Amino acid sequence: MSQQYPAILVIVPLLSAFAISIAGWVNKRLCFPIIVTALSVVVYASIGLLLTVLEKGVVIYHLGGWPPPVGIAYYVDHLNGLVLVVVASVALLNVIAAKKSIEQEFPDKAAPFYTLYILMVTGLLGIVVTGDAFNLYVLLEIAALTGYGLLAMGEERAQLSSLNYLYMGTIGACFYLLGVGYLYIVTGSLNMMDIARLLPPLYQSKAVLAAFIICMVGVWLKMAFFPLHSWLPNAYTHATSAASSLIAPLVTKVMVYVMIRLILTIFTPEFAFATMALNNVVVWLAVIAIVMGAILALAERNLKKMLTFIIVAEVGYMVGGAWLGNRAGMTGAILHIVNDALMTLCVFLVVGNIVYKVKGYAFEDLQGLFRKMPFTMGAFVVGAMSIIGVPPTCGFFSKWYLILGALQAGHYGFVAALIFSSLVSVVLFFRIFEICYYEPFSDHHGHDHPPEPMDEAPLLMVVPLLIVAVILILVGLYTGDIVNHIIKFAIPEGLV
Amino acid sequence: METITSIKPLLAVLVSLLVTPMLVSSRNPNVREGWTFVAAIIKLAIVASMVPAILQGTEIVYTVAEVFPGVAIKFKVDAFGMLFALVSSSLWIVTTIYSIGYMRGLNEHSQTRYFCFFAIALSATVGVAFSANLFTLYLFYEMLSFATYPLVAHHQDREARSSGRKYLLYIVGASIGLVLPAMMICYNLTGTLEFSKQGIFTGTEPNATMLVLLLMLVLGFAKAGIMPFHSWLPAAMVAPTPVSALLHAVAVVKVGAFSVLRVLTGVFGIDLLARLNLGTVICYIAAFTVITASLIALSQDGLKRRLAFSTIGQLSYIVLGVALLSPKGMIGGMTHIAMHAFGKITLFFCAGAIFVATGKKNISEMVGIGRRMPITMVAFFIGSLSVIGLPPTGGFFSKWYLVQGTIQADQWPMLVVLLSSSLLNAAYFFPIVYKAFFCTPEEAMFENRIEEAPIWCVVPLVVTAAGSIALFFYPTLFLKLAELATR
Amino acid sequence: MSELIPTIIAKYNYWIYITLMMIGLYAMIAKNNLVKKIVGMNIFQTAIILYYVSIGVKKGATIPISTGGHGAAHEAVHAADYLNPLPHVLMLTAIVVGVATLGVALALCLRIYSRYNTLEEDEILAQIRKK
Repeated sequence: MSQQYPAILVIVPLLSAFAISIAGWVNKRLCFPIIVTALSVVVYASIGLLLTVLEKGVVIYHLGGWPPPVGIAYYVDHLNGLVLVVVASVALLNVIAAKKSIEQEFPDKAAPFYTLYILMVTGLLGIVVTGDAFNLYVLLEIAALTGYGLLAMGEERAQLSSLNYLYMGTIGACFYLLGVGYLYIVTGSLNMMDIARLLPPLYQSKAVLAAFIICMVGVWLKMAFFPLHSWLPNAYTHATSAASSLIAPLVTKVMVYVMIRLILTIFTPEFAFATMALNNVVVWLAVIAIVMGAILALAERNLKKMLTFIIVAEVGYMVGGAWLGNRAGMTGAILHIVNDALMTLCVFLVVGNIVYKVKGYAFEDLQGLFRKMPFTMGAFVVGAMSIIGVPPTCGFFSKWYLILGALQAGHYGFVAALIFSSLVSVVLFFRIFEICYYEPFSDHHGHDHPPEPMDEAPLLMVVPLLIVAVILILVGLYTGDIVNHIIKFAIPEGLV
Repeated sequence: METITSIKPLLAVLVSLLVTPMLVSSRNPNVREGWTFVAAIIKLAIVASMVPAILQGTEIVYTVAEVFPGVAIKFKVDAFGMLFALVSSSLWIVTTIYSIGYMRGLNEHSQTRYFCFFAIALSATVGVAFSANLFTLYLFYEMLSFATYPLVAHHQDREARSSGRKYLLYIVGASIGLVLPAMMICYNLTGTLEFSKQGIFTGTEPNATMLVLLLMLVLGFAKAGIMPFHSWLPAAMVAPTPVSALLHAVAVVKVGAFSVLRVLTGVFGIDLLARLNLGTVICYIAAFTVITASLIALSQDGLKRRLAFSTIGQLSYIVLGVALLSPKGMIGGMTHIAMHAFGKITLFFCAGAIFVATGKKNISEMVGIGRRMPITMVAFFIGSLSVIGLPPTGGFFSKWYLVQGTIQADQWPMLVVLLSSSLLNAAYFFPIVYKAFFCTPEEAMFENRIEEAPIWCVVPLVVTAAGSIALFFYPTLFLKLAELATR
Repeated sequence: MSELIPTIIAKYNYWIYITLMMIGLYAMIAKNNLVKKIVGMNIFQTAIILYYVSIGVKKGATIPISTGGHGAAHEAVHAADYLNPLPHVLMLTAIVVGVATLGVALALCLRIYSRYNTLEEDEILAQIRKK
């Protein structure tokens, strides 16, 4: 059984997608148990896989028993072992939390939603687990196509936003495919390990250079790296809560994973950082991404849209960290994949709860929420603290590594951008807290008004949210273990 | 130095954090306040139980988790930390009694929230006191900043909102903008953040770097109220008076001063500061703050605002004492944390009691109030004596050591600053007391009838006033701790 | 210059795909009509498919079907005689992906049309702004 974990990760959700769409015809109430079971199996398998990797080292799985280069190999090391656990657990927690809001927002479309949802999770897990460059493209498109569908199910403007995302996403994926084509021309292989083995003598080749840059541009488009971010805010804002709280935490993070995989495994850091000498430029781009993300977020008067711009800034964190070209920066970037996925999930679940109760997410809708929804807001505070970077929440620790990496690289612009973004985040979140806390203003110290009664979201939504909030703190406290036992091994020793 | 590993410091921090669910879930206010008392007493007991070991010169350490190579969430109880923890946890009990009187007396809203965040703030305060390294200190410092925000903004009106903004802007802005990068640079240079007597630096770093780091760290801990990062403190006076009393005379501001002292003694080390002559820089910044704050205090009519500016000045005494880098000065600075705490909390309690009993906030409206509230005003007089530094109050000792410290360090300008500031202190406190008692019947604004604030308000201020006097006769514990800390 | 022309001609397949790609990209950026954008997107995808197909081609080679059959009797396979089949197979998948993308895109267009009664982007945005 345990040898089959990599296959289970993809096969189980794929097959359950069929099961769910069939169950949708028979009895709609069956869909939810099926998806929860399937995702639980996936979570179990991903954790098992990570433990195996920790114990025995890299796991290589030949799909269908065909050895590469003929067959597709799944290749799990410490890096994607960690990301797999994150993707699986975020998907599971979110689907549980989303049940009530699906029932409220679009009860008749629950079955198609769950089908798309689990297909998307299949795609994301596949992207992370695969060791084949072309297979990655296919899974990328699976995740993207289901994502367009999920995002389009939202409010009135959702379809147009989703279509814009489709245009951009397709270009991004095509760029990646083109880059892989160049790699194939020079190496004759599509297997990542194989390519990595064949590339070193070819580092001076123009085709390899072209492949690298084209792949990077494609991946940056897909992860909404400023200035290629224009599709993201609208697409995520207008989607339903259930869809955006899956897509917002995972898609950009998985794409960052792909970028790191390209740098670390396929092209190796020596090529990416030493031969190319592009680091400085990319880190400055990341600085611009962070600063612009923060400023654009500041201009929003709408909670959900503000959060999407924070994602744009966070992508800048990770790209910048990865491109600093040293161990601390890369550690920070990988750690931030985990942390940002969790904290984005946290804040988007909060938005889900607010939308469920208040039916809106503009700033005016948030008045008096601390009294009305104390648990949701408590989790929101934890999530916000993590985004600001206050210890002991996890966001602080990845920021620490990123700043440390920037200091070691002597890149003070990046340090300044990170500090700036933290300060802006304080403003962003306390602006919201103020609205939730002070407004509506009472006449005299609040004596006269009877306090508005508590009106919390259902337990099924609040409990997963609180779990996420607790995880944010736990991950923070166990940062030392995560770095020493997992991330340390995910980065090649050549990178210092 | 001998070290013992014990979980006690962690427990001392957690006890008030763990009580918050009890506070939230209790339906009855009496049960809720009962829990607060239980937590406060357990906390003091845990802290006090560590005193004998500390007095013998041992240190108690406990590591929670190592988060970065060479940096852990780690507690270390030493004499200086103990001094501070002892002051804050004992005054928490008194303040709790006072809070009950004040909050119920004014029929304030959201009392559960108030007591919860109070407890969390105390956790953070003791956490700062027991931090073994700069990272742990930063963690609890930030926790305190955010936990006190709802307390400062308790009234939830427009004034509270703008004060809350100012509070966050200064405190969080400075800590993220200055302390965090400075801490990272220190870690990048040295690979450690652990406090130690000789500091963490090798001494080979360029002087300019050291100066910048020192200024970033000293000014970044804006809770210490060193100018120009002081104006959050008067703004934060919109909070209910018990908050001002404990947090803005004891916990929050002293956490700032404590952090600055830790930076000076633990991160840089006295020897390095003396060698690079950096102590003088801090001395002059602190001296400027002392004089300016006292002058501004003279012009304030709001009683709490006057006290706030007085606090700003007194905090800089603490920093000044240590920045003199002479043993006596350091003892003076450290004991001033305790002595000033007892004196200033008495003054704030009095201000609150006056507000509860009469609704008056301004000094100009308090002529003749001594006839109506004699106990309160006598306590106020004792508190002022302590802050000015006159016997028979504890404040005398810290001032005495500070003055000796200036002489020992050969810093005559600082001696002048200290003495003239004491005169200014007298100039802004004594008129209040004088007008309260000695005024013609026509001037008096109150009827000649004794009517004190509720008993829950009066008892604590009598206790702390008595404490100020007791510290004159029995200062040994705090002096011994400070002496151990400077050794 | 005289050297450049043979290079361009020798690598004409690359120039074709790049030209097609740019046409597609232009349509996606410059066109106002949502369906025209989709057409541009398809041209863009097709350019990459053509590129992949072209790199598998060899002069004078035949389709990769082994005629000899199995067992001891079969002839030795001369790899040089055959086209590289892998890029073509990959493109089968890419075509499928392209069709799926097209389907999703058109479905979204339908929904947009039924809501706004137009497919011109500026008109749609004007309607959104009016609300």
